[in-house]
Amino acid sequence: MHAESQIRVPLILGNKTYRNITDDIIAPIEGKANRLWYILFTIASLAFMWGIGCLSYTIGVGIGAWGSNNGVDWAWDITNFVWWIGIGHAGTLISAVLLLFRQKWRMAINRSAEAMTIFAVLCAAIFVTLHTGRPWLDYMLFPLPNQFGSLWPNFNSPLLWDVFAVSTYATVSIVFWYIGLIPDFAMIRDRVVKPRMKKAYALLSFGWGGSVRHWSRFEEVSLVLAGLSTPLVFSVHSIVSFDFATSVVPGWHTTIFPPYFVSGAVFSGFAMVLTLMIIVRKVYKLEAYLTIKHIEYMNIVIIVTGSIVGVAYLTELFVAWYSGVEWEQYAFLNRATGPMAWAYWIMMTCNVISPQLFWFKKLRTSIAFTFVLSIVVNIGMWFERFVIIVPTLCRTYLPSTWNSYSPSFVDVGIFVGTIGMFFTLFLLYSRTFPVIAQAELKSILKASGEEHKKIAADHAHH
Amino acid sequence: MATKQIIHGIYSDEVPLLEACSKLRASGLRIKDVFTPFPVHGIDPIVGVPRTRLAICAFIYGITGLSLATLMMWYMMVHDWPNDIGGKPNWNYYSAIPAFIPITFEATVFCAAHGLALTYLLRCWLVPGAKAKNPDPRTTDDKFMIYLELNDEQSKKADEILRATGAEEINYKGTITIEPKY
Repeated sequence: MHAESQIRVPLILGNKTYRNITDDIIAPIEGKANRLWYILFTIASLAFMWGIGCLSYTIGVGIGAWGSNNGVDWAWDITNFVWWIGIGHAGTLISAVLLLFRQKWRMAINRSAEAMTIFAVLCAAIFVTLHTGRPWLDYMLFPLPNQFGSLWPNFNSPLLWDVFAVSTYATVSIVFWYIGLIPDFAMIRDRVVKPRMKKAYALLSFGWGGSVRHWSRFEEVSLVLAGLSTPLVFSVHSIVSFDFATSVVPGWHTTIFPPYFVSGAVFSGFAMVLTLMIIVRKVYKLEAYLTIKHIEYMNIVIIVTGSIVGVAYLTELFVAWYSGVEWEQYAFLNRATGPMAWAYWIMMTCNVISPQLFWFKKLRTSIAFTFVLSIVVNIGMWFERFVIIVPTLCRTYLPSTWNSYSPSFVDVGIFVGTIGMFFTLFLLYSRTFPVIAQAELKSILKASGEEHKKIAADHAHH
Repeated sequence: MATKQIIHGIYSDEVPLLEACSKLRASGLRIKDVFTPFPVHGIDPIVGVPRTRLAICAFIYGITGLSLATLMMWYMMVHDWPNDIGGKPNWNYYSAIPAFIPITFEATVFCAAHGLALTYLLRCWLVPGAKAKNPDPRTTDDKFMIYLELNDEQSKKADEILRATGAEEINYKGTITIEPKY
């Protein structure tokens, strides 16, 4: 056991033993849900059902039910798709990139962050499958022989790249998540007493036993999967940005898009992880594992990525001016001062100004402030995608095609429905799955536990 | 025919466990297995677990994915039905290669990740419905177990070592008969 520097703040508070960790993680699974859980679940599932209604309506009558029109053919659907996919990115970043960098604070949050990734990608998938207009023909996106049509799918198109990127991302995330879950399911299997639960978790745990050989392979697999997921996560949002950047629409056709989209994705994803984590630590009494220090670390990531996003916004403006291309200049002028300037300035305030408040230590270690700001950031990031898509398409090359846009109730309904679906799934997950990767957490108890650090410090003095 | 004693040495901390493992190995006893609630670092060389070759598998799966994607896109876009899309012709593979990079990359990752995960699960025989592999359910919670299969003489020696290193429990779980290999 290597001792950790005393300068590092403990990541597990209090005098916890291995048994305590087991007890704390299993408590929400064995115990009964409280009133708050039922209230949240009711609201979330009602929103979800409203979304299913609007979704069925869209399938029934076609996407004419949306506010999208002839000029503005991408609107809320793609805004929501990019927003959800972006949120998903934090989960992979936490579990893969922070694993490669050996950041121990990742261990308390990676499980829930990965769960969030998977649920967010499912929400995103709803929009891309629906916006094709005839979702029952979506199988034509796959490289199937051409008796289905006259041609193969176009592999030169970023839209097809997106199909491959998102489906790879979704399936690899699920596999990565599940491989990590197996030992924790085994812990639950060995702990619970109700026969039905025991059976269910026995099935889920795939017969894991914690043999030394299996742990050795487990660690290798985690490392290699992290190594594969890291470029994958960057590729996914880069490819999402190619959907815009490879077009010839002014305001979209920029080389800055891939890094700008990726940092924006991490920015909004970390904000969503914070929103969920602050609720989870309170509802399930996990304050000893999800500490203020964890929140502070994540807020620091928010400052960094938020600042990158801010620099990207300003670079876009500068390059539009410096390029001397009138179309490009008008696109940005229109965003900032046109009929939808309000959306632009909401975006600027939420994404550029608000994260800078985290430079104050008092604010980035305040739970209430972080919670509010995490929601503000996600509102801002939704508006970022809206600003990129809608005002741009309202004012393209030909003034005779200029148009306005307002969403229909179906647009709003599906969006609200995906938020409902996301929280419904997350609430169900938090009652049945181990919300913290307890096996990994136990492995850092001796190095980063508060009590163990104290003992080590006492030894050093004598 | 040899009869061997099954011994479970149970510890509640990883430090004495590692000590016991190195002492057992030093006295020439084979450690059949160790069950721990979390990955104990540095245990592999002590118990004598060879480095896994799963990473090599992942590399091979990745190369396979890369080749399959290349073959697929060459066949569909260049060989079977070449098209000039947006002034970007597909008359041969190498001139159209930039457009094929994203999917080639995704297919590489897809095959490497899924191939690796499947190989890992099958190699450890972690499949739905498999029986729990830990002989004592406490080893997924907070106990660490050394699992030994030794003959009578070796058992005595092992018992001493386990006792000396502070094993919480030493459980004798009957005998196992091993047929000699011809």
